[in-house]
Amino acid sequence: MAETSVTHAHDTHEHADDAHLWEGGKEPLKASYGKLMMWYFLVSDAFTFAGFLIAYGALRFSMPSWPEPDFVFASFPFVKAHWPLVFVTFMTFVLIFSSVTMVRAVQEGHRENQRGVVYWMFLTILGGATFLGCQAYEWTTLIAGENMTVKQNPFGRHIADGIYLNDDGTEAKKTDGSPDVFQKGDSYLLHMHPVRQADGTMKDEFIQRKIKYTTGPYAGQTGVQEMGPKAFGALFFFITGFHGFHVFSGVLFLAIIAINAAGGVYAARRNGYEMVEKIGLYWHFVDLVWVFVFLVFYLL
Amino acid sequence: MAGHQTYEEQKALVFRGLMILGVVTIVEVVIALFAKGHIVPSIRFTEGFGHYLYMLLMIGFSLFKAYFIIFYFMHMAYEVRGLVMSVLLPTTLLIWAIIAFFQEGNSWGARRELIQEKNEEVVSPAPVGKPQGYILPGTMKG
Repeated sequence: MAETSVTHAHDTHEHADDAHLWEGGKEPLKASYGKLMMWYFLVSDAFTFAGFLIAYGALRFSMPSWPEPDFVFASFPFVKAHWPLVFVTFMTFVLIFSSVTMVRAVQEGHRENQRGVVYWMFLTILGGATFLGCQAYEWTTLIAGENMTVKQNPFGRHIADGIYLNDDGTEAKKTDGSPDVFQKGDSYLLHMHPVRQADGTMKDEFIQRKIKYTTGPYAGQTGVQEMGPKAFGALFFFITGFHGFHVFSGVLFLAIIAINAAGGVYAARRNGYEMVEKIGLYWHFVDLVWVFVFLVFYLL
Repeated sequence: MAGHQTYEEQKALVFRGLMILGVVTIVEVVIALFAKGHIVPSIRFTEGFGHYLYMLLMIGFSLFKAYFIIFYFMHMAYEVRGLVMSVLLPTTLLIWAIIAFFQEGNSWGARRELIQEKNEEVVSPAPVGKPQGYILPGTMKG
């Protein structure tokens, strides 16, 4: 008898809960509305980025040749050297560090430690700004130094073995006298030089050397060094630009929230600095996307 | 979140996270440079089986980094099952997107090659006097 009455009491209790289910205060999935919506926003954003990266893969597969990442991304500030992947690795570390400082900011928020939150968020903002500066350098080098834009891509790759030809059609020699040959898959960057036009004016044009293929289905054919696939430039600037825009808006919101935290806005709410936790989710997502941008653009 | 951990444990997690992500990234880059022949020029994995192995390895490392960031930095490991599933399950749709679009890219590439071949094809001119084009059966004699 006692047991049934207990069950009964339990049932009515449940009913009482359900009656007020839609009156607020009960969190579905044990997460606040803001956090849940941030998660679902991130899911949708993940699909956007996935769409871009998959498009990159599909276009890459459709082209007979594709620029080699460790040839394209090999510049480093203040150093005239060919250091493949070194600078992007540095950029990756900047984002990892800023992600780590963000975790610390969220932890200090749970302890209601206002000074800690502001301090770690400041370091996170610094990391984000450093990343943006690195990206600005990378873009400047590619656009101003190497003439890659969304419409043209001077980074190409030979599709078969062959030899360079002089302007008169004879086989070219290197400075040491050996034949100037290239192999399938070798990368090249076309440079711009001023060329005299028919009307006597000078105009910058890409210098494309004459070549003759010696192997493969094109053996014996002559041609010039072709420009690389246009899609590479467009995809690179669009996808890293979209990611960079995420970093930029992330830095803006981090700054706003850090200022609010410093002003005591979240301390008054007494909810463990939940706003810091939400911007933290976004910031980790930006780092997460970079993991895949790094994979697709620089490693594969 | 993560209320069951002490403050010291939380700080240790952060340090461990930094180490794991940093080491995985460095390993990735070293393998990438090695596979592309920048460390030992005579050894490269740029074609065939070795290249597939290299790509699989890189994708595996990246997925591990993604898992670590989502589950520990974003605290997914401490959320309820329903939230985890509602966020992670939809992303499995991407598996099909990858298969479908890469297939599409390949066929697109094959089409480009075919067009290239057809453009270079030398066609011998049709004999003079005979009608050209498609002839309906029974309409032409001789």
